[in-house]
Amino acid sequence: MSSPSPTSRPDPDALLASLKREEARARRGRLKVFFGMCPGVGKTFAMLRAAQQELRDGTDLVVGLVETHRRAETEALLAGLPIIPRKEIAHRDVRLTEMDLEAILARKPRLVLVDEFAHTNAPGSRHPKRYQDVVELLDAGIDVFTTLNVQHLESRADAVRQITGVTVQETLPDSVFELADQIELIDLSPESLLERLKEGKVYLGDRAAAAAEGFFKDAHLTALRELALRFVAERVDKRLRELRGAGPVNTIWRSGERLLVAVGPSPSSTQLVRWTRRMAAAQGASWIAVSVESSRPLDPEGQRRLEQNLTLARELGAEVVVTHDEDVAAALVRVALQNNATQIVVGKSLRPRWLDLVTGGNLVDRLLRTSGPIDIYVVPAERVAEKPFGWLDWRPTAPSPAREYAETLGVLAALTVAGWFLTPYTGYIAIGMVYLLAVIALSLRVGRGPVMLAGVVSALTWNFLFIPPLFTFIIAKFEDGMMFGTYFVVALISGHLTARIRAQERHERLREDRATALFHLTEGLSAARNLDDGVFAALRQADALFGAQTALLTGEGGGLVPHFAGSFTMTEKEAGVADWSWRNRRKAGRFTDTLPSAEGFHVPLVREDQALGVLVVRVLPTSTLTLSQRDLIEGFAAQIALLVEREQLRAVGEREKLLAESDKLHRALFDSVSHELRTPLAVITAAVENMPAATAETQASLVSETRAAAHRLNRLVGNLLDQTRLESGTLRPRLDWCDVRDLVNAATEGVRDALAGHPLEVVVPDDVPPVRADFSLMEQALANLLLNASLHTPAGTPVLLAAGLERGGARVYFTVADRGPGFPAEMRERLFKKFQRGDAARAGGLGLGLSIVRGFVTAQGGEIVVGANPGGGAVFTVYLPHVMPKAPPPE
Amino acid sequence: MSASATILVIDDETQIRRLLRVTLQTEGYRIREAETGTLGLGEIAAQAPDGIILDLGLPDMDGTEVIRRLREWTKVPVLVLSVRDGEEDKTAALDAGADDYLTKPFGGRELLARVRAIMRRSQTAGEPAIVRFGDIEVDLSARIVRKGGVEVRLTAKEYGLLRLLVQHRGKVITHRQILRELWGPNAEENTHYLRVHMTHLRQKIEPDPHNPIHLKTDSGIGYRLLEG
Repeated sequence: MSSPSPTSRPDPDALLASLKREEARARRGRLKVFFGMCPGVGKTFAMLRAAQQELRDGTDLVVGLVETHRRAETEALLAGLPIIPRKEIAHRDVRLTEMDLEAILARKPRLVLVDEFAHTNAPGSRHPKRYQDVVELLDAGIDVFTTLNVQHLESRADAVRQITGVTVQETLPDSVFELADQIELIDLSPESLLERLKEGKVYLGDRAAAAAEGFFKDAHLTALRELALRFVAERVDKRLRELRGAGPVNTIWRSGERLLVAVGPSPSSTQLVRWTRRMAAAQGASWIAVSVESSRPLDPEGQRRLEQNLTLARELGAEVVVTHDEDVAAALVRVALQNNATQIVVGKSLRPRWLDLVTGGNLVDRLLRTSGPIDIYVVPAERVAEKPFGWLDWRPTAPSPAREYAETLGVLAALTVAGWFLTPYTGYIAIGMVYLLAVIALSLRVGRGPVMLAGVVSALTWNFLFIPPLFTFIIAKFEDGMMFGTYFVVALISGHLTARIRAQERHERLREDRATALFHLTEGLSAARNLDDGVFAALRQADALFGAQTALLTGEGGGLVPHFAGSFTMTEKEAGVADWSWRNRRKAGRFTDTLPSAEGFHVPLVREDQALGVLVVRVLPTSTLTLSQRDLIEGFAAQIALLVEREQLRAVGEREKLLAESDKLHRALFDSVSHELRTPLAVITAAVENMPAATAETQASLVSETRAAAHRLNRLVGNLLDQTRLESGTLRPRLDWCDVRDLVNAATEGVRDALAGHPLEVVVPDDVPPVRADFSLMEQALANLLLNASLHTPAGTPVLLAAGLERGGARVYFTVADRGPGFPAEMRERLFKKFQRGDAARAGGLGLGLSIVRGFVTAQGGEIVVGANPGGGAVFTVYLPHVMPKAPPPE
Repeated sequence: MSASATILVIDDETQIRRLLRVTLQTEGYRIREAETGTLGLGEIAAQAPDGIILDLGLPDMDGTEVIRRLREWTKVPVLVLSVRDGEEDKTAALDAGADDYLTKPFGGRELLARVRAIMRRSQTAGEPAIVRFGDIEVDLSARIVRKGGVEVRLTAKEYGLLRLLVQHRGKVITHRQILRELWGPNAEENTHYLRVHMTHLRQKIEPDPHNPIHLKTDSGIGYRLLEG
């Protein structure tokens, strides 16, 4: 593993991370910690004095919470500072008061005073720890003054316990302490402190009073003072190196080292985590905490402790990785290689040596064999009062049902009876072989416990009943001893191995189940036609998978809106938790550090720094969600987030496309309408203005120009109105019996002037029946077709209008044929769209004519087609359904 | 044409009123104007004009409503002005009692012809017994139709149709009016009867039945007899 030298070019990722951190810092409030070695040194006093100074400087500050312990000089300093009243929280008959975080956030001062950084909040508060309140205040851009004693620092808690013998309950993660922008060390010599103590100036608290005897000893105080001073000095030194060094990159990668600590559920793991953190800090290295989950489920207590240990690691600045494997050593090496870890830290195993033989070597041995270039640290676990246990503790984890034990004993008893009668013929050696076969066969059927029992019981039975001397556990012959020993070991190992294979199988299945679940989800989501379908599918799958109720809330506008597919109806409180999770882009509710008293587990749907919504999963208060289930839920959330994002992007894209399209149409319409309207208006204006001065001859031509322009305007306006009528959907054709010849006559009369330059031939057979049509719509449709023919064909070319009953008699046709240039085939469909003008169109026309014709014809239940006229030109044919009318009653 | 005939123009458009005034005054009509239906109705009651030109789109009430109200007490001829595409409005106005309609935009000559047509009935005290147009002669008293001096044999319905058109010559008659007149109030939907009889009638009296010059179709509304 190569370590980059401090002066080498900064890793872009690290640079980005440091930029992000800088950015975060810029938005954050500033944190000042008044830091002391123990209670009574005057931290609160110093903080209040600083606050008074700030107040004089005009800073907008409030007191969030200050414990004066009724000390007169402290209370005097509190005078004049605006105080936010504490919030009362009822917890089992006891009324506790806590800082009112919501009120402070609402008040949004520049600076807030919060005493006792490491305090644990009353159950039912938003956060379990006060420092989480502080972090939220800082996130909101509010500066914070707070106080802390060295014994409350997580990484120093062990040291303090060793010095004073007092276990500190309330601790503060070092990573939180790192947030401090300024630390003011409140120092007091042990003598002065003892002096103050004697004068009764130090409040010890109810619980601390008992421990005070041991705590406030001169030697202890000196050590604590040393601890505090050193801590601050270390920090100053680190800051200095950071400033002097090659930029912020080296704060992470300075040593190029990365530590990996294996975390289990045991209390010794807690120490292991602290140890690793100290070592990482000393080396300037980053570190990761890894938990390897095997198929053996942990009991609830172990699960809780494991989570506590992981939370601790997270709080101390570790990156937490949870992985699944039966082989802990292999998993650790794998994660180490994936994460470029250079050192692996494990605890020293406390289990007896002989078990290693059975299980194929202990963890450390196997790590050493497989870790290659990675250093392995084995840290002795301090014996803790309770029974020690690590991940390889020998205990039946999937407790076998009693039925399996009974079955095992039954089989052995049967064999024993059979063996008793068979020995005379086979000899006792063969019986041993049969026993061994039975043990191996059993291991295929039953769990590990019964197999081990079978191994032991069969060995003893064999010895007692079959190996001479009979009915004793004594083995006379050396060969028999060898035989027995081998038998015992083989039985145990084979039982263990089989059980392990079975466990692995089970684990594979579990992994497969997870993969399948995610695969189904992904598949379901990608097949979902829309967001609602997808969410519905995802939530139902989650319901089934976790045996839970689920809800999905999506961010819309400024708030969260529950999706209708949710099966969990949320109370106002749950909605508040979801809202917090959404706004802070962090998990919240049950199983988390924030608002853990909530019923649901709230996972934000985060995509690229943006929370799109929140997935809420609620299991019964009596059941729990394992770490891997929560992992899977987060996987679900990520998938749903993708879906939501996809949907949002699609909606945005669609809207934009629509806008662009309608924008284009509007522009085209606007351009051509203004051109079409202005041209005839210009003609009319000019003609009318010239009129008075014109000769009689000129006047006549001016009048005819004016008339033509007016007709053109009229047509244009008519077309626009017709198109509008068609599009508004208010067009309701009034179908009535129309005489085909009447229709043809009306249409030709309307365009007679426009058709003046074209000889018009009308072909209508005498026997054409009446047609069901809207007379005026049909008249206009035909007039438009005739007009088109006259406008788009050279003057003098003939136009044909024909109508009649189609052969077969199903439809009545109206045909307008010209001898113009015609249309290329590929243009024909396009012709009937709005604002389409023929390529060769001469000036004039909005390109609405044919669109209107089609609209009118379709409205009457007919259709229009365009084709080529044999011999040149275009043919438009309108078909209307033919209905036979009743004959009039005879007269 | 009597020069003293008074025509009331009910239209809210100043420019249209001015145009109508100029056009009609040159023909010797006296013009009164009203901007709204209410004012128009008051004017009709107070001044009893000889003819009315009514715009269907009035600011205060529907033109058809104006016709309905004035028809409660007067038979004064009414010419309706309307825009294209307003077939339903036109038909409704005609059925409510208007005598004819004119589509905007219209020409001056057409306007005067329509005004003349609606004023004719009210001026002549009684209908003449014989009406001639083209080479057709209709003797309403004797119920005889001649074409070029030769009697044309018409069925009862054909004659009824022709008589209606002759009596309202120059003016439009809606399908509905004709159907009600000839077949009774229950036959208003049987417009195809009308088509058949009209075709026969045209074949009997038109010089070119395919391109009629007297018995004109008024698109989507009805028929009109032109004396041409």
